[in-house]
Amino acid sequence: MSEESIISLKNVNKWFGDFHVLQDVNLEVKKKERIVVCGPSGSGKSTMIRCINRLEEHQEGSIVVDGIELTGNLKNIDNVRKEVGMVFQQFNLFPHLSVKENITLAPIWVKKMPKAEAEELAMRQLEIVKIPEQANKYPGQLSGGQQQRVAIARSLAMNPNIMLFDEPTSALDPEMIKEVLDVMVDLANGGMTMIVVTHEMGFAKTVADRMVFMDEGKIVEEASPDKFFNNPESDRTKLFLSQILHQ
Amino acid sequence: MNEMNAVRKPPVATTGIIGWLRINLFFNWTNSLITLFVVYCLYQFIPWILDWTIFSADFKYNYLGEQITNQEMCSRNLDPENGGACWAVIYVRFYQFIYGFYPKVEVWRVNLAYIMLAFALLPLLYAKLPYRKYFLYFTYIFPVIAYFLLNGGLGFTEVSTNKWGGLLVTLVLGCTGIALAFPIGIMLALGRRSKLPVISMMCTLFIEFIRGVPLITLLFFGMVMLPLFLPEGIDMDGLVRVLVAVTLFQSAYMAEVIRGGLQAIPPGQYEAAKSLGMSYWRMNLLIILPQAIRISIPPIVNTSIGLFKDTTLVIIVGILDLLGIGRGTLADTNWLGLSYEIYFFVSLVFFIFTFGMSRYSLYLEKKLKTGINMGAD
Repeated sequence: MSEESIISLKNVNKWFGDFHVLQDVNLEVKKKERIVVCGPSGSGKSTMIRCINRLEEHQEGSIVVDGIELTGNLKNIDNVRKEVGMVFQQFNLFPHLSVKENITLAPIWVKKMPKAEAEELAMRQLEIVKIPEQANKYPGQLSGGQQQRVAIARSLAMNPNIMLFDEPTSALDPEMIKEVLDVMVDLANGGMTMIVVTHEMGFAKTVADRMVFMDEGKIVEEASPDKFFNNPESDRTKLFLSQILHQ
Repeated sequence: MNEMNAVRKPPVATTGIIGWLRINLFFNWTNSLITLFVVYCLYQFIPWILDWTIFSADFKYNYLGEQITNQEMCSRNLDPENGGACWAVIYVRFYQFIYGFYPKVEVWRVNLAYIMLAFALLPLLYAKLPYRKYFLYFTYIFPVIAYFLLNGGLGFTEVSTNKWGGLLVTLVLGCTGIALAFPIGIMLALGRRSKLPVISMMCTLFIEFIRGVPLITLLFFGMVMLPLFLPEGIDMDGLVRVLVAVTLFQSAYMAEVIRGGLQAIPPGQYEAAKSLGMSYWRMNLLIILPQAIRISIPPIVNTSIGLFKDTTLVIIVGILDLLGIGRGTLADTNWLGLSYEIYFFVSLVFFIFTFGMSRYSLYLEKKLKTGINMGAD
């Protein structure tokens, strides 16, 4: 099994102080697979995906990304981060740089790409997220939805194999959620391996190959969207779904 | 309705001078009373100060038309009823105020250094300067040029630093202190926040020790103790020893100011930079420091102004800066009793420099804020 997996978490444990935030988490993700992770807040879903690019350090178990095991080895961490793109809830654009500079910065300085080539790449990425006209603005001048699309473009510019999304639409006004989700659907249809933490169940139904439900640091249920939404096994999942779909 | 809204202009904030006066100076009777009182005070003070500093003052000649060469010839000493400030002392001692005891034959070197300093500052002050890149190259090599120009070497006659004085010393100490303390301060601030305990502890110890000691103590330390640390036979120049002390002092303060800026950067900025594969140094140089320094501009300028004024303390260890030359002049029997004029002049020179720095920081804040919303949400 693990030969096909591009991401593999085995018995991962992590504590914040005394709080056991990840408890024996096991997850295998195949190439081009789209995983949607959901669960109540504090269930460890953000922490889990942040462990995959080592923004958080796991304390027990093993995480292997694209054949590279995440350990204290800094070289490995750098290599994994080059493979894995991440989009945050709060966008985290660099406010002192223009949109175009936000996107070209990492290709120029990390990948040593010539400036002209990087700018061309940035414009291509902005076309993909449908806001090429904003290239010379600063993040503070954009709406939340536009900022989040720039953040996606910034990640894609590093040409990652895997994209992690940490509640990408939770900080957005309702009318902007769709423009971001549309970009993500395009990305999924393009064959990107994605792990998405989100409560957008409509998105999950259309895009996900597999649903992962977490609660209290454990993966409670893993199932296809069809089974997950129509016939969930655990009571905890049923309760969560009834709450979230009633909104 | 929409059309009407589109053409409607905002209400006019003030209605001319009368309106402004009404709102700001005569809003109610207490306000009016305070305004009248302040106007009365200004009416009393301004004519007097103008008369003393300009209209009744001696510049080169006294009221009898003689050229003033000592304090007894000042109009206000000849006839207390008929005279203001006696600026002749500044005129006569101007050379010392600006150059100290620098040999007159070589003084063109100091003048050239002053002019070059202005050119070196230009690209730092104006980001839109044409050919800024080439000016910046000049800025980087300026310290080396200035060293050989002022100190000698490379064919120039050597001028020992104990002949330097006045504004020259003030500027050398101020500029070098500020320019060196800035990068050292950044390194100390990063070091103090480092996750490596040894580095963090060393930086914290250094900062706390230097900050906990008065500058005067550090100056004495530089004068007396620094030579003990050097191998025998190597003699460290007096001015350099003071410079080391001043720079260490300033870098500790600068470090704390920049650390304040670093703490204001949201953790998301670090995470975004890391997730793009940036190393520690790239992340700090490209993402974190540009934002942190931008936030810290007011306190950075504040401590820099503080240092510029604190350089006057070098008088304690026998170096004659601008204030030192002033006090030396006062001790001269020819110019006894002219303390008003001398302190006024020294204050004015300091004020011109510090006020310039303060205005510049305001300009910089305004410029850097345009179009950038620092809170990224």
